[in-house]
Amino acid sequence: MNMQQVNISENNFEQCIKCTVCTVYCPVVPVNPDYPGPKQAGPDGERLRLKRGEFFDESLKYCLNCKRCEVACPSGVKIGDIIQLARIKYSKKKPKVRDMMLANTDFVGSMATKFAPLVNASLSLKPVKLVMDGVMKIDAHRTFPKYSSQTFESWYKKNVKELQALYKNQISFFHGCYVNYNYPQLGKDFVKVMNAIGYGVNLLDSEKCCGVALVSNGLINQARRQAEFNIKNIRKSVLSDGRPVVGVSSTCVFTMRDEYPHLLGVENADVRDSINLATRFIYRLIEGGVKLQFRNGIKLKIAYHTPCHMEKLGWAFYSTSLLRMIPGVELQVLDSQCCGIAGTYGFKKENYPVSQGIGASLFQQIEESGADFVVTDCETCKWQIEMSTSKKVKHPISVLADSIDVEATKKLNGVIL
Amino acid sequence: MGGNGKSNEFDVIIVGGGATGAGTARDCSLRGLRVLLVERFDFAAGATGRNHGLLHSGARYAVTDRESASECIKENMILRKIARHCVEENDGLFITLPEDDLGYQATFVESCQAAGIDARIIDPEEAKRMEPSVNPSIIGAVKVPDGSVDPFRLTLANVLDAKAHGAKVLVYHEVTALIKEGGKVVGVTVVDHKTKAAHNYYAPLTINAGGIWGHGIAAMAGVRVDMYPAKGSLLIFGHRVNNIVLNRCRKPANADILVPGDTICLIGTTSSHVGFDEVDDMRVTPDEVDLLLSEGEKLAPSLATTRILRAYAGVRPLVASDDDPTGRNISRGIVLLDHEKRDGVPGFATITGGKLMTYRLMAEWATDLACSKLGVDRPCTTMTDPLPGSRDEDEMPKGKSFIVKNPIRKSLEGRHGDFSSKIPSDNEYDASLVCECEDVTVGEVKYALNELDVNNMVDLRRRTRVGMGTCQGELCACRAAGLLGEAHNCSEKAKSDLAKFLNERWKGVYPVAWGDALRENEYAQWVYAGVCGMEQND
Repeated sequence: MNMQQVNISENNFEQCIKCTVCTVYCPVVPVNPDYPGPKQAGPDGERLRLKRGEFFDESLKYCLNCKRCEVACPSGVKIGDIIQLARIKYSKKKPKVRDMMLANTDFVGSMATKFAPLVNASLSLKPVKLVMDGVMKIDAHRTFPKYSSQTFESWYKKNVKELQALYKNQISFFHGCYVNYNYPQLGKDFVKVMNAIGYGVNLLDSEKCCGVALVSNGLINQARRQAEFNIKNIRKSVLSDGRPVVGVSSTCVFTMRDEYPHLLGVENADVRDSINLATRFIYRLIEGGVKLQFRNGIKLKIAYHTPCHMEKLGWAFYSTSLLRMIPGVELQVLDSQCCGIAGTYGFKKENYPVSQGIGASLFQQIEESGADFVVTDCETCKWQIEMSTSKKVKHPISVLADSIDVEATKKLNGVIL
Repeated sequence: MGGNGKSNEFDVIIVGGGATGAGTARDCSLRGLRVLLVERFDFAAGATGRNHGLLHSGARYAVTDRESASECIKENMILRKIARHCVEENDGLFITLPEDDLGYQATFVESCQAAGIDARIIDPEEAKRMEPSVNPSIIGAVKVPDGSVDPFRLTLANVLDAKAHGAKVLVYHEVTALIKEGGKVVGVTVVDHKTKAAHNYYAPLTINAGGIWGHGIAAMAGVRVDMYPAKGSLLIFGHRVNNIVLNRCRKPANADILVPGDTICLIGTTSSHVGFDEVDDMRVTPDEVDLLLSEGEKLAPSLATTRILRAYAGVRPLVASDDDPTGRNISRGIVLLDHEKRDGVPGFATITGGKLMTYRLMAEWATDLACSKLGVDRPCTTMTDPLPGSRDEDEMPKGKSFIVKNPIRKSLEGRHGDFSSKIPSDNEYDASLVCECEDVTVGEVKYALNELDVNNMVDLRRRTRVGMGTCQGELCACRAAGLLGEAHNCSEKAKSDLAKFLNERWKGVYPVAWGDALRENEYAQWVYAGVCGMEQND
């Protein structure tokens, strides 16, 4: 028997041919010499860790999990996954109280929403910031996103829930923590656009935070429980109710599609294709004949920033194409590079200089763009850009919502209630 | 002995820089003899560096060769103490597959125990828990004190200690004739490979430790040592599949040992007779690769889907005793020949046979003979004296070091033991990496170039593991060549050396050049030919 025909490596890290392009594309390497870079932390390090676990290096925590290494890799090595899995398996560092606070976005969010004015006021006070900096090691340069006094869910139930059943088509909206606790307006914009094209927006029976912050802060068991919970509810929506799931956050969507099976071992193959990002979902509807009627007299200069997970998904095209459909919009697509925040990473005091170093050239390009505002699909990129430049940042769905003529769009698509 | 003889006069000349020669040089110099060690190429370039790197418990020979088995287990326990930095205490399993006779297990365990080997039958389920890569269909398992040993480190440590005790060591010096006076061997003529100049060295005793090449050395003295060159081929896998040595519990056969060693694991061996004209250029054939893979898969099924790094072959220096065509039934026992007694040729002795595992005992026997001939009465201490590198618990870094990353520090300590403190790392450049697969730093390469008799890139690989990782020199070879050129102040030589090194790497990859290994080599070739401008015929 010729064994050549059958001896093919099943070990993903062995497909690395050491070309090092991943390290060239890593946003952390140029600004943090303590990080060994994706090649060494990933496939090279994996060989050593398989020899003995003590070859694990804690500097792997500097990985942003941006996955730009995976996008760059010509050999299909899941470098980011290898690094995250190594952290999960070998790291002996326990998450601090701060990490738990940052990671538990929905628990902290639900508490903060109840006392939103108080929380918002105190979080922006200088003494409070200094205490957080000194005690919690959350950098004083950072400003937490404001908490809303009414969650998206309660607004939805009070105002629009009843109407949704009237639409011919139905989807479930995975709103995520940010829309629910910090920025319900984006959820309202989403409902407005979907309704205009004849889609009723439902909530899942229940949803928890997608878990991305739990993964990056090492709270793996909790992340896995939340993933299982979400997939159970998504399954019910997709398989029993026939409603695809749509989210507005590129990171939530990426996490539920790819990180669940790859990092957390939560199988989602039966529903993965039905977990959509809003801009892609709408773009595909338009390709299938759905039409948008835009308002007259729009004149906007917009700069689009591609979030890392959007790059990994390969979906920035959908968002930029939608924006280009709006008459009177001049769109500049910014160089695809990491903004440096990486979710909770940039909030930590020890990462602040690295975080700003990574984003520096992006911020400069934004300042020089002359854009009225920046558009992006990721909420944490939004915070980072707003904290680091003079520009406001909007979600493409909000831009669409502001640009369409709802009644005319409904008429175009034959939406009759 | 001692005394102020001429610079070309010694008490004993040892021919061959494998483990046996290096061990003999160490033992002789520890006992106060003036020693010259002559090696044709580099340390551990022959069979010493071309085997499993298995720290045999002796169990493999327990049934067929009890004497070898009990020598093995004794030396095994000694090496764990004196060569700590060369040894990994991995343990071993002898597994019985459904196709094997489970009845053999009882005989095996009994024989092991009689030879002093702590062999214990364990539940197959426990074996699977201990070593998850093992074939899940096993019906029997025996745990034995096997381990891994790095033959390059072991040989080097012996050389370093011999030198520390005054031995003169010549590498790339080939013995071309034995000098005889009235039928007595009184010295050797050696040719320096670099200068092509011939030199004579004199000693009352010359010890032939040339392994399979010892056949030719003996012929120079006009004596016959019937060596049996038995080729053994092995495959190296890209990473460790197992952490416990896996053996088949049956009569020794082909490809029935899978040894984890450093970052890799390897399966072997085959066994076939070869002619003396072939021993300098061993090549692994496609049939051998197929055999190693299909048998290896039975030990650990995941081998079938693991990337193979390279293939290599060595020649066992077996001393022929009968006409066994496979070479497997020849004793692995130690053969010490006093040619004065045996053949009437005074001043000449041969130490051969044996195994890597018993190199120290072979050295002890040879040194005992040398001492008795030279009238020296000093006891052997190598069974208790730790080798350099294995003496001090304190390892690097001492003082300020730029090496902060765990994997790099642990890799250096693993390779050099307490000598890792000699590796410069007090600036960023010295702490930077030459080889990224095996974490070899600039400082480690400099240390090797300055202190470890490195003449070329292949030597450097044996000292440091440069180029032994998955990239097989793709990224590290040019960096190492740069440092070599700097150290020897000759970039032309470094360039030709780089080409030789890459060809040597390719020779090992060629028999397994498919899939990712081929892809990576194509890429490396493109880098060197297309980017660095190296020509095919360089």
